[in-house]
Amino acid sequence: MTALLRTEGIKKAYGGVQALTGATISVEEGTIAGLIGPNGSGKTTLFNVITGYQRPDEGQVLFGDRVITSLAPDKVFAVGIGRTFQLTRIFQRLTVLENMLVAAQHSRSQRHTVRRRAMELLEFVGIHGHADLQAGSLSYGQRKLLELAYVLIADPRVILLDEPAGGVNPTLINLIADRIRELNSQGKTFLIVEHNMEFVMGLCSSVSVLESGSCVVSGPPEMIRTDKRVLDAYLGADFDDDVAGQQGPAGTPVEEDPSDVIS
Amino acid sequence: MTALSRGAAIRGGLLVVALALAIAFPLVFTNPAVTQYGVFAMIFVTAASAWNIFSGNSGYVSLGNAVFYGSGAYALGLMAKGWNVQGTQVFDLLPLVGLIGAGIALVFGLIALHVRRHTFIVITIAVFFIFQLMAFNFSFTGGSSGLNSPFLTWQPVPYNQNFYFIALGFAVATVIVATLVRRSRFGLQLRAIRDDEDRARGLGVKTMRVKMTALVITGSITAMIGGVWFYYINQVQPQTGFDPLWDLQIVLMAFLGGYGSISGPVIGALIIEPGTLWLNTQPQFSGGYLSEILLGVIFLFVVLVMPRGIVSTGAEWIKRLRSRGRPAVVPAVMTEQAGAAALVVGGTASLQPQAKDGGQ
Repeated sequence: MTALLRTEGIKKAYGGVQALTGATISVEEGTIAGLIGPNGSGKTTLFNVITGYQRPDEGQVLFGDRVITSLAPDKVFAVGIGRTFQLTRIFQRLTVLENMLVAAQHSRSQRHTVRRRAMELLEFVGIHGHADLQAGSLSYGQRKLLELAYVLIADPRVILLDEPAGGVNPTLINLIADRIRELNSQGKTFLIVEHNMEFVMGLCSSVSVLESGSCVVSGPPEMIRTDKRVLDAYLGADFDDDVAGQQGPAGTPVEEDPSDVIS
Repeated sequence: MTALSRGAAIRGGLLVVALALAIAFPLVFTNPAVTQYGVFAMIFVTAASAWNIFSGNSGYVSLGNAVFYGSGAYALGLMAKGWNVQGTQVFDLLPLVGLIGAGIALVFGLIALHVRRHTFIVITIAVFFIFQLMAFNFSFTGGSSGLNSPFLTWQPVPYNQNFYFIALGFAVATVIVATLVRRSRFGLQLRAIRDDEDRARGLGVKTMRVKMTALVITGSITAMIGGVWFYYINQVQPQTGFDPLWDLQIVLMAFLGGYGSISGPVIGALIIEPGTLWLNTQPQFSGGYLSEILLGVIFLFVVLVMPRGIVSTGAEWIKRLRSRGRPAVVPAVMTEQAGAAALVVGGTASLQPQAKDGGQ
């Protein structure tokens, strides 16, 4: 196994606030990796740096052997890294099918094939019945599925998911988890930011924990669950705000008992 | 499928009829006072449709397209004067005017396309005033007295007819270009930029290139129709070539008809331009200021009451009529809720008379 996606010592500051203070993570090819950490620990910033939406002050992003630090978002996507956003971003005034075609790089002659592929993917996530509706009329959960589907059409090697289960009902969370597993079995690599611990621990083969802008520990879920540094990160002064406040309506209820927090 | 093809057939038929009417118009109404309305209408159909190709699709509202229009007028005048081109040969210069328009759009885009939304609008206005000031102050543009065009020896009736058909040609070509853009992958990328530019970029859309291409198409067409307008009225001054009201007018036409749709700007231009011209000729509306006030009122009305324009709102009404008063598209969940609400309402309504009866 080799690292397909790596960040090395990424630093990023907004004015006086250090969002990332040397974040180093590594995602093995063909795995589902999780990225967890309290609010404000820099997870989304790290996503933004990897996908070119923000330039790091220091550090490097590597895709395989290739340095992709500070490439523009369209170039990062072309390299083979797709992502979804925490607050789902779809093209609301385009139809669902048109949303799928934005990411599809194709010529006129391939139009038919691409459309068929788009419909297949919509069927895969279960919203093909809405293909001709305006995307803005989809429910929140359906939007999440659409966002996953239109990222898939360009066949990226790594997919970064920013809170795929946030604010989604339990049935849909299971569907999303199933789809991620199925894609993974076909060889897709995932990096997932998620606050729903059940989701992360059930899905990921390795988990990295960010705290105050750097990775404090990474390893298999069983190890993370009992790691003292992780418990510290979650049970520091920020505990109430960060974990309790972050659970979406469908999230697992947060217990007072520290050992349950990340079980 | 059959409904679709029938719809397409109806639409095709309507297009043919509209085109036939447009061609017949100057042949039936030969009076130059009437055909003049037609010439200006076609000029504005072209300009508003061209505006829509960039601004309507991308959502970058430009209030500075007069930059291209005025530059086209001046470019044609300067080239005709400098190279001593006369008569109908002046029309051969129009492709060059288009190239100049494209070049100006490129520079315009490099300045303005790095910013978005409100800042973009403000920058287009600023660039517009820079161009107007340049026209006022450069010596080669003739200062405030502007430029005159060479004369055409045509008689009044064929003069208007010929210009009408030239402008109609531009209008039809622009609508065709707009349709091609709309149906292409390029057009889809433009509309994706309108909805969420950063997201589009993250999906591999080369946003700057896409926006720039659209702006260049718009600038080139607008400059050419500006050249036609200049040769038609035989003159251009800084305040007529670079007219802030002109900018507002084409934006209003697009909004009134239907921002972003293909037929919208056409319909808007066909309503507003003849309307404005007619108002200006009515003596009781002294000096034509009323038409400007009216324009402002229409603008307010459109933005507040029907922001999606005649085409979208009209289509909605037709759909509603067909579905007999029910809203055209109702998400499944909504119907359930609406049904429940109707039950509740119906329940209380049916209860009320009973209660009344009981009371009596």
